[in-house]
Amino acid sequence: MTESARLKSLVLSSLLLAVFVGAWHLATLPKAPAQSAPAGKSAEYAALVGAQAAAGQKSAFPTPADFGAKLVEHLKDPFYDKGANDKGIGVQLAYSIGRVLLGFLLAALVAVPLGFLIGMSPLVYRALDPFVQVLKPISPLAWMPLALFTLKDSNVSAVFVIFVCSIWPMLINTAFGVASVRREWLNVARTLEVSSLRKAFAVILPAAAPTIMTGMRISIGIAWLVIVAAEMLVGGTGIGYFVWNEWNNLSITNILSGILAIGLVGMALDFVFGRLQRAVTYVE
Amino acid sequence: MSFLQIQGLAKRFGAAVVFEDVSFSIEKGEFVAIIGHSGCGKTTILNILAGLDTASGGVVVMDGREVAGPSLERGVVFQGHALMPWLSAMSNIAFAVKSRWPDWNRLQIQMHCQKFIDLVGLTGAEHKKPAQLSGGMKQRVGIARAFAIQPKMLLLDEPFGALDALTRGVIQDELVGICAATHQTVFMITHDVDESILLADKILLMSNGPNACVAEIVHNTIAKPRDRHTIHHDPQYYRIRNHLVDFLVNRSKLYQSGEAKRPALPPVVRPGLESAAAKVINLRH
Repeated sequence: MTESARLKSLVLSSLLLAVFVGAWHLATLPKAPAQSAPAGKSAEYAALVGAQAAAGQKSAFPTPADFGAKLVEHLKDPFYDKGANDKGIGVQLAYSIGRVLLGFLLAALVAVPLGFLIGMSPLVYRALDPFVQVLKPISPLAWMPLALFTLKDSNVSAVFVIFVCSIWPMLINTAFGVASVRREWLNVARTLEVSSLRKAFAVILPAAAPTIMTGMRISIGIAWLVIVAAEMLVGGTGIGYFVWNEWNNLSITNILSGILAIGLVGMALDFVFGRLQRAVTYVE
Repeated sequence: MSFLQIQGLAKRFGAAVVFEDVSFSIEKGEFVAIIGHSGCGKTTILNILAGLDTASGGVVVMDGREVAGPSLERGVVFQGHALMPWLSAMSNIAFAVKSRWPDWNRLQIQMHCQKFIDLVGLTGAEHKKPAQLSGGMKQRVGIARAFAIQPKMLLLDEPFGALDALTRGVIQDELVGICAATHQTVFMITHDVDESILLADKILLMSNGPNACVAEIVHNTIAKPRDRHTIHHDPQYYRIRNHLVDFLVNRSKLYQSGEAKRPALPPVVRPGLESAAAKVINLRH
């Protein structure tokens, strides 16, 4: 893309944001009093409903300015910890990211070797296929009660749910990538009498790496979607719990801050895995 | 006993016979080309020699040992170069060298690879990925990789098929030079009659498949060194060439129907020389 085209798209993006914020601002402007109080009774009415309400209805939904102020507040001190129900948004995000990475890593440790096995052996592929087909469409949250019952720890259960949801894309992509390694590269390895272990690491792994990384990128995306819901269920810590807790507090600005933070972290995770994917991609 | 002996080689899929009763031998240092129409099983024969495919019948003996499975003693140059696209030219060759001499250190491997990169004229392109190389350069890397492990025998599966005529000529010259210098034993598949006359000492002619056989062994009577620029002035050149073309165009299809008899051992033919006496008589007229 040329420099000017990039600039144009940036201007257009800014414009769209401005329109969105403007519309939001207009929609949340204080309304005129719902009805003018009956004459002569205004003082009484004001005393009953409160001066603010009588003067005009302030929207329950925060204005962009309210939200901006809240954001600045969060950014000023994201890592404070004042007890179970009052932690900085940074601390909550760190808990969530930690759970996602732990569950994702455990899933990778299982999915990549198992995917190798499935991809290399048509027998194992056919044997495991029915299980994969049944287990894959199960919502990871459906495992939650079972996890809580057997693991008896909400934290471990949340990690387990991440593990379950990240495993399938990685498993299927690894198996597919390994199974579709070009025959001729394997023949080169065969004519060079390369050992199975070296063949796996020096030929099959780099050949299948782009497909495996695609699976990992999909997995981390799903894991980040699922952690929010999982934390709403298990509670305690994490950005999902934060959002649910602020719903109970009826703090819409905090909910909005949480939503924005979820989006930004998700984007960052995808960016990192996109980079990793590009690093292992080769041109044929 | 010859360096490589092939006896009664056959490949069948159920009742379908690809080829049968293929017997020939290759001497040490000899360059043998096999020529025939698509589907006659040339590549299958090469893959069996490489150990990548198994025969339905017959034996292959190299250097007194039966060929069973792939071996570093037989280097293969694949039709589609088969370079690993995530490795540079140098690393592709180093992968093979490391397989051959696992105990070598990094410097030894690099020096050895560089020698073969220089040999095929790729100096300066060592660190390029295959995608950054032209078709001819890729095939050169494939040739360097096969030569670098210094196998007892080299198997070339139509190595220049995908190249333009100019590049093909240049690499053919290089191959002639390398083979002359190393006395390499080579078995090559080709579709190109001129290429086979330039490179090969013996040319195996295969009849059409299915049910193919090696119909004749043509001895190349043009003495080495054969030069691409002057070879067509040799009086033998067109006699051999006409014989090969005549076989491919007219005679290769006669073996299936039984119009031509399938030989138990393919006859050795020296085009131009056997009928030399007859030719002399013709010239007098």
